[in-house]
Amino acid sequence: MSAQIKTEEKNIFTVRQFNQWYGDHHALHNINMDIKEHSITALIGPSGCGKSTFIRNLNRMNDLIPSVKLEGSILYHDQELVNSDIDVSKLRKEVGMVFQKPNPFPMSIYDNIAYGPRTHGVRNRAKLDALVENSLRAAAIYDEVKDRIHTSALGLSGGQQQRLCIARALAVQPEVLLMDEPTSALDPISTGKIEELALELKEKYSIVIVTHNMQQALRISDYTAFFLLGDLVEFGPTDKIFSKPEDKRTEDYITGRFG
Amino acid sequence: MRKKLDEQFDELNKQFILLGSVCEKNLGEDFAALQNRDRERALYVFNQKYDLANRSRDIERLCLSLILREQPVASDLRLVSAVLKMVTDLDRIGAQGIDIAEIVTTYDYTLVGPSFDLLIKMAESVRQIMHKAIDSFVRLDLHVAEDVLKSDDGIDKYFMMVKQSIIEEMSNTPDHRVSLDVLLMAKYLERTADHCCNIAQWVLYVITGKQPGVSA
Repeated sequence: MSAQIKTEEKNIFTVRQFNQWYGDHHALHNINMDIKEHSITALIGPSGCGKSTFIRNLNRMNDLIPSVKLEGSILYHDQELVNSDIDVSKLRKEVGMVFQKPNPFPMSIYDNIAYGPRTHGVRNRAKLDALVENSLRAAAIYDEVKDRIHTSALGLSGGQQQRLCIARALAVQPEVLLMDEPTSALDPISTGKIEELALELKEKYSIVIVTHNMQQALRISDYTAFFLLGDLVEFGPTDKIFSKPEDKRTEDYITGRFG
Repeated sequence: MRKKLDEQFDELNKQFILLGSVCEKNLGEDFAALQNRDRERALYVFNQKYDLANRSRDIERLCLSLILREQPVASDLRLVSAVLKMVTDLDRIGAQGIDIAEIVTTYDYTLVGPSFDLLIKMAESVRQIMHKAIDSFVRLDLHVAEDVLKSDDGIDKYFMMVKQSIIEEMSNTPDHRVSLDVLLMAKYLERTADHCCNIAQWVLYVITGKQPGVSA
């Protein structure tokens, strides 16, 4: 991997001078970042550093918090996300999200996956069947659930539930997957499956992942961003960040000198 | 929170520096024994053969354990991986010191030509380079490491001079046994200096992150 961010790759998100406040608390300071298409970008940093706050701006999840104030620019392709009047549900269809704790709906596996497409107007049974199967296959869980697809999703294991949630996000055919600590509640085998899945999915999707597990960032990401106290301290190719970071604060954090 | 990790790094540093200083001391002892015709002294170095190898294996084990248990990154990773590479060089330097000691224990002083004096001078230069190589690691000093790399040409020249001198001696005498011993020792010294350069290059890697032999 080259030591520089590959400028020839297209940006999926272009972040410039982005600031966020929660009321009076200045949570993110002047963030500048080029998030590349078809790559995995890992956001790392200690708790409270702003990485989850940041990722939630990429599909406007912070719209739901009334005291939030934003400044600067986040372009999704050429579309401005900051303080702009956009169709948020269309954005969230294109920029899907998977959370720390698997959160399947209390309904069947099939209906969990079909929920999004139905909301977006897909009614044709054959089309829905195909979407459900393809999504489950893409999330590497089809073989495990194909014989009980009409039973409750709540009967699945934690790791299976998380892959179901990824399948559910994929069912609306997004372009980007945001993952906020998707494996922190999972055992090593389920974690391995999600990581393998992320590596397969980046061929078709762009992935941004928040993780507290630095070995995970190392294993799967192409780029790593280190956040600290609301600052983006360092952003670059993962190999470079973890072998010769430029900033002493990055070095101190990843080598466990603080955090 | 790094207490245990830092203790392991301290131990690794200590063991590496100790092995380095033993190798350096042995090289000095080899040639002091040669000059003083002190076979016992050479034998003492020769008998450290297995001890040196064990020390190298201990350092390797410590590196592997650190990688396994601590999964080091950044400067920690560069240090562990560099030590794992450098210990091979120290291992070879140690073995060459033993090989020289073995020659000294059976050295025939009946023929001592100009090549012998050159060899003694060459040995002192190599010992100084070795000292610098270990010192560059102890202090993680970029300039000292670069100095080591610059001195290699001088050692290569010494080797050519010793070789030339031996060729002349061989043409003047029918007994070539001693000349061959001098040539062998000079070759071991020349290889020792090469290993010192490898060590210096890995010290530069620890400091700069630039992998030896990889451009840009």
